[in-house]
Amino acid sequence: MKTQPNLQSPSTATHQVFTVAEVHQENYRTKTFIFNESLTANPGQFVMLWLPELCERPFSIAGSTPFRMTVVSVGCMSEGINSLHVGDRMWVRGPLGQGFKIRGKRLLLVAGGYGIAPLLFLAKEAQKQDCEIDVVIGARTANDILLVHEFEKIGLLPRIVTDDGSLGAKGIATDMMEASIREQRPDCVYACGPTKMLQAVEEKARLHQLPHQLSWEAVMRCGMGLCGSCELDHEEHYLGSSPNPAHHNSGWLVCMDGPVSFSE
Amino acid sequence: MPQPDLTCRFLDLTLPNPLVLASGIIGTSATLLKRAALAGAGAVTAKSAGPAPRAGHPNPVALDWEYGVINAIGLTNPGAEEEVNMLREAGILLKPLGVPLIASIFAGTLEEFSRVAATIERAQPDLIEVNISCPNVADDFGTPFAASAESAAGVTEAVKSAVRVPISIKLAPNVPNIGRIAAAVVEAGADAITAVNTMPGMLINFEARQPVLSNRTGGISGHALKPIALRCVAEIAASVRVPIIGTGGVSNGRDAAEMIMAGATAVGVGSAVWYGGVNVFTTILHELTALMKAEKFDNLEAMRGIILK
Repeated sequence: MKTQPNLQSPSTATHQVFTVAEVHQENYRTKTFIFNESLTANPGQFVMLWLPELCERPFSIAGSTPFRMTVVSVGCMSEGINSLHVGDRMWVRGPLGQGFKIRGKRLLLVAGGYGIAPLLFLAKEAQKQDCEIDVVIGARTANDILLVHEFEKIGLLPRIVTDDGSLGAKGIATDMMEASIREQRPDCVYACGPTKMLQAVEEKARLHQLPHQLSWEAVMRCGMGLCGSCELDHEEHYLGSSPNPAHHNSGWLVCMDGPVSFSE
Repeated sequence: MPQPDLTCRFLDLTLPNPLVLASGIIGTSATLLKRAALAGAGAVTAKSAGPAPRAGHPNPVALDWEYGVINAIGLTNPGAEEEVNMLREAGILLKPLGVPLIASIFAGTLEEFSRVAATIERAQPDLIEVNISCPNVADDFGTPFAASAESAAGVTEAVKSAVRVPISIKLAPNVPNIGRIAAAVVEAGADAITAVNTMPGMLINFEARQPVLSNRTGGISGHALKPIALRCVAEIAASVRVPIIGTGGVSNGRDAAEMIMAGATAVGVGSAVWYGGVNVFTTILHELTALMKAEKFDNLEAMRGIILK
């Protein structure tokens, strides 16, 4: 387990007020928000977003300068954010947690559905370091494939795969990973998406003896490594699959040790 | 000079060092309690369990402000019955590490305190800490029992009559005379005292025009709590002879040494886990060792209560 000391400065820990500058509809239930403000953050870190009349919840960061995020309506908080307009305010606590670390020069990014947002941020940062990037995006249907145009803008053509074949190949993200691994020989695999997909990516990466960095989701309350709510439950997450040594036996807190786990 | 001896005798227990994971901090599972022990804690305290499962308050529940941490988690817990399983599992993991397990309980009435204590005792923790001072559940439980000597002593008697395992009563800092309350709970049978719980407070976000925590108020811990805790521990140590787990804002070795000088037998560590990660226990121990060496303290006893002499 790699646990970095969490020496956040207090300024990153209280809420800062951000103002919406642009809103883009991405699909039937997803919007991208670009704010007037920037936030110094690493790809893979997260923020706690607070709407005072509603709630506070963790969200991934899709870009830092200016701050941007892509939000899918799945609950009252994300619906609340998705009803914000240009000029509206949002309260941001963070960045929190450990983000991705760029390792090597050839990176394979694997996104499951809405896990694509932090990987866009990672792709942009990796390009600054002259990395070759291959992107796999998997989702249920064509309607759930997001941000492809944003990758195209930076010269990347994602490999797309859907469960029903309505866009790209028919299948799941890990099928497409196989092709990329053969052609690109990546130095490291990065993934963000549902738990089951992460487990499959992990298995595939281990099979090919590739270092991998996976971004996990959890119920989050304090976001500060204190309340214990976001401990990755070993049994729940690894029943019948090969456990990641990073959180074997758990005690692993998604908010503080993660959200990104490192295979090495 | 040889290394100072950090072994800490607390009642009949021998802790490898005086640092105790404070209740409410990552004490929600056996694996997290084990992690704190592996990180260097000399004893670990589970998060408080009550008569029934509680979800706690909605977010926001905690944040750092410039001089400390404030939280109102709202006693999230699985209920005493389920807690027994967790504590048993924790006990198995902790035994080979030689790190004692402290359970923590809360309740709304004296009868419930007796019942919860008796339930938790089945897990055979080394000590039961009795949380009569959570500042964040006034809606459900009213004024904390820690507010007066009479009610604090009442809970102590209720718990003491229900269990054989030693108990420590966790006191609140926001009382006019903590020494008097300490004397009352010791008179009522407390084997030890944990001091202190968080200090009630409020943060307001100017732009939001409202308090930040969903509970509106919360408990202040971290740096801001340290001088308050030191004063409380010193007053308790001057008033009673039972061992004290001095808790409040201890973030480094110097803080820990000061807490022992104020009269604490062991030293609680909580919010420092935010400041320095779980491995902060190791850091504090290294600093404490170096400080004791520099000032020629051979053991904890040589420092303990030195300001009271």
